[in-house]
Amino acid sequence: MKPVTTYLDASERFESVRGRIGGTDRSAFALAALSAVVAFLVVSPMFWLLWRAGTVPPTEAYDLLVSSRTALITANSLALTAAVTLCSILIGVPLAVLTTRTDLPYPRLFTVVAALPLVIPSYIGAIAFVSMFGSGGEIDTLFGTTIPRVDGLRGAVFVITLYTYPYVFLTTRAALLSMDSSLVDAARTLDASRIEAFRRVTLPQIRPGIAAGALLAALYAISDFGTPAFMRATVFTSTIYWEFGGFNVEYAALLALQLVAIVAVILVIEAGIGRDEDASGGTGRGAEINLGHWKWPSMGAVLSIGVLTLVVPLVIFTSWLIRSVGDPIPSLEFQPGFALNSVYLALLAAFVACLFALPVAYYSGRTNSLLSRVLERATYVGFAVPGVVIGLALVFLGTRTLPSLYRQGVWLLVFAYVVRFLPQAVGTVRSSVLQIDEGVIEAARTLDAGPLDTFRRVTLPLIMPGVIAGGVLVFLTTMKELPMTLMLQPIGMDTLVIVIWNAQNALAYRYAALPAFILIVVSGLTMVVLLRQEGYDIT
Amino acid sequence: MSVRDQHGERREAVEDFGEPRDPQTTSEAVLELEAVTKNFGSECAVDGLSLSVREGELLTLLGPSGCGKTTTLRLIAGLERPDGGAIQVGGERVAAAEERAFVPPERRDVGVVFQDFALFPHMTAAENVAFGIEDWDADARETRVAELLEMVGLEAHAESTPDELSGGQKQRIALARSLAPEPEILLLDEPFSNLDVDLRVEMREEVRRILKETGVTGISVTHDQEEAMSISDRVAVMAEGKIEQAGTPEGVFQHPESRFVAGFLGHASFVSGYVSGDLVETPLGPIGRDRIHGLAAEYDRTEIDVLVRPDDLLVRPAEEGAADGRVTYRRYLGPTVLYRVELASGDVIEAMHNHADRLSLDTPATVELAAAHDLAWFPAQR
Repeated sequence: MKPVTTYLDASERFESVRGRIGGTDRSAFALAALSAVVAFLVVSPMFWLLWRAGTVPPTEAYDLLVSSRTALITANSLALTAAVTLCSILIGVPLAVLTTRTDLPYPRLFTVVAALPLVIPSYIGAIAFVSMFGSGGEIDTLFGTTIPRVDGLRGAVFVITLYTYPYVFLTTRAALLSMDSSLVDAARTLDASRIEAFRRVTLPQIRPGIAAGALLAALYAISDFGTPAFMRATVFTSTIYWEFGGFNVEYAALLALQLVAIVAVILVIEAGIGRDEDASGGTGRGAEINLGHWKWPSMGAVLSIGVLTLVVPLVIFTSWLIRSVGDPIPSLEFQPGFALNSVYLALLAAFVACLFALPVAYYSGRTNSLLSRVLERATYVGFAVPGVVIGLALVFLGTRTLPSLYRQGVWLLVFAYVVRFLPQAVGTVRSSVLQIDEGVIEAARTLDAGPLDTFRRVTLPLIMPGVIAGGVLVFLTTMKELPMTLMLQPIGMDTLVIVIWNAQNALAYRYAALPAFILIVVSGLTMVVLLRQEGYDIT
Repeated sequence: MSVRDQHGERREAVEDFGEPRDPQTTSEAVLELEAVTKNFGSECAVDGLSLSVREGELLTLLGPSGCGKTTTLRLIAGLERPDGGAIQVGGERVAAAEERAFVPPERRDVGVVFQDFALFPHMTAAENVAFGIEDWDADARETRVAELLEMVGLEAHAESTPDELSGGQKQRIALARSLAPEPEILLLDEPFSNLDVDLRVEMREEVRRILKETGVTGISVTHDQEEAMSISDRVAVMAEGKIEQAGTPEGVFQHPESRFVAGFLGHASFVSGYVSGDLVETPLGPIGRDRIHGLAAEYDRTEIDVLVRPDDLLVRPAEEGAADGRVTYRRYLGPTVLYRVELASGDVIEAMHNHADRLSLDTPATVELAAAHDLAWFPAQR
């Protein structure tokens, strides 16, 4: 009898958590319908892309796909992704160990320094490095040929790694902190050397954390448009844009599909590695690794990464501002209007994203059905699909079907932002929905408040912090979005990133400095919000 | 053989204790459950349960976890829909499975105090209390909130938020909040389980006082038999989705209708007996037939089991030859000591003694029946 009653008790509890309040069938249906509409809208750009690619005659498509150019692009993209992921692990994991497991002085300061590169969008780092160390850059011009040039594929790997390794650093660090480090002591007492203990005890426990960070780094590397474009590296994202600019849209569409397929493979691999949180979750600190003579080189290494990622670009930007070299280009002269346009677009995107996120997040947070999971997952399309692909798909929609919207008003561009960044809003809103105690909602119902009244007076106030956080995230990431803005920008509406792009194209870097500074500040704010959301204990 | 078979067997013989269940006497019933059934998937949580509760009464559903008591409460509140049967609140039908009729919780005159209190975290104590009476006019609402806060003794905490309140204070606010709209019925789901032991006893008295003061009909749910006995006018013991027995705390405790009820309400030992004329022969010596509660004539010359509670028995050390059995277990509980004695007949009994008494393990002992009250009995298990 015992097991049956235990099971019954558990199922009772489960039911109560999922809120099978009688009489909400109709509102649940309305919620499901709204979620379905949002999911459909968000997935629709993929259909446009497929449809456009489908109009390419099959033989032609085949020839394009097996051409040596496509092979080169694929090889370059895969090499870029693999190299960035590997380098990020090689930098991020040791830094994480250094700041959590050793007697490194000032661990908080060095943790912040090591995480800080996330504050700078990689394309802004790229523009700084390329202007100084690229071919035709300042050092090139001054000394003829120089130290290894930062451009092309190698340059892209270098810059993207510098700005994405913090993903691996932060997730590994979190895994290390949640792991009971007295396990390492236990291994040492069982006669394992320090390195052996790391390999046999620590590594298996932090592997899910490393994998999570590596996935983020890989996704970032393969989707990043700005850095390869500035470095003139021939990868999917940059080529898609160049082909699109050269009116070779069919090839662009085929490449975009291929890119999406590769991203899908990465996601599948990641799902295979799994993120099972089997960390031992102890609080024991265990013995710290004594760095001894290695203390100074370790501090030097962390600091030099900080200098490379933060100080060098900032110095370069400042020098542009001060020196004002090159011919003046009046159209690129900084105007507050650029910033206002950016803010206006980002505000619209944030508002619409929150509006879209509410029904999906609420439905999936309160109902655990196949339908609710599928609808929620569908809104995550923007997480996997690179911006340049979404941009291209909406260009097809705009030019073919809705010419009145294409480059005419802000709505097509705002929609693109929403598709791309909706996952951030859904994620924060959903987690705030999940935090609501089901009992509170039931209490409201027994206190004579109907379903709508309950939502207005109890649920909405409780999830408001999540909605606002989601909106802030979308706002800040929209501000610095590059490829979709380039492809769908309403005519005459220049934003900060457009000015940076144009300045780089005209090699008039000084005009990029001020917008770049503004975007660095915006990115910094994003990190503050993100870290607070994820609950990373950075200090 | 299951407990309920015996129970049914005995129904004919014994029908004079507990509360009357005759439909005529339930005309003043404020709550009526008729053969209510609720399934979760293939599991039956509530199984054809019938119950009626009279106005102003405080009834407790008592049972082990998973017996369906909380589900019953949620069915009454309208937080679950029954799969079978019907529910009436104040003479109005609020759920009837056959007609697919269902009144949502907000339109039932039922208040609920939740196990974890479920206070709205974004509102102050006073706002929580005022939640259910938002449609009252402002003056009346303010008066009502002040009155309730005074009743629960938290006038000073009106502007506190839930996270500033202690467990007992949260409970008081939850109680005041549920009483504010003047519900016909108040449901309390394990209301004391989230409180410290000391506070629990204090709050029991407090809650009973408040319920009696307001005259509201109360139905509470608990797995703690002491709590159920101490606050209720009537106790309904539940097992496997059904009510095993309902009645006054004394009635149910002293005259359990099934071995399950006997065992769930406290330590229960059984000594076998043989009914022989005016006496029942037991290993503890003969007991007068008149001391066995409602022993019907047809059980003459059969084996029965007599229920003895630990405080009914006295265990004394004895010489090997004169002993009834041996002490096989002792547990020191502070003020008292619990002894387990294995009788020569094979029956095992438990007895509670003052802590000053000392009996060592494995000593021979006599067991004496020292109860002044009637004893309950069950047909012998074969």
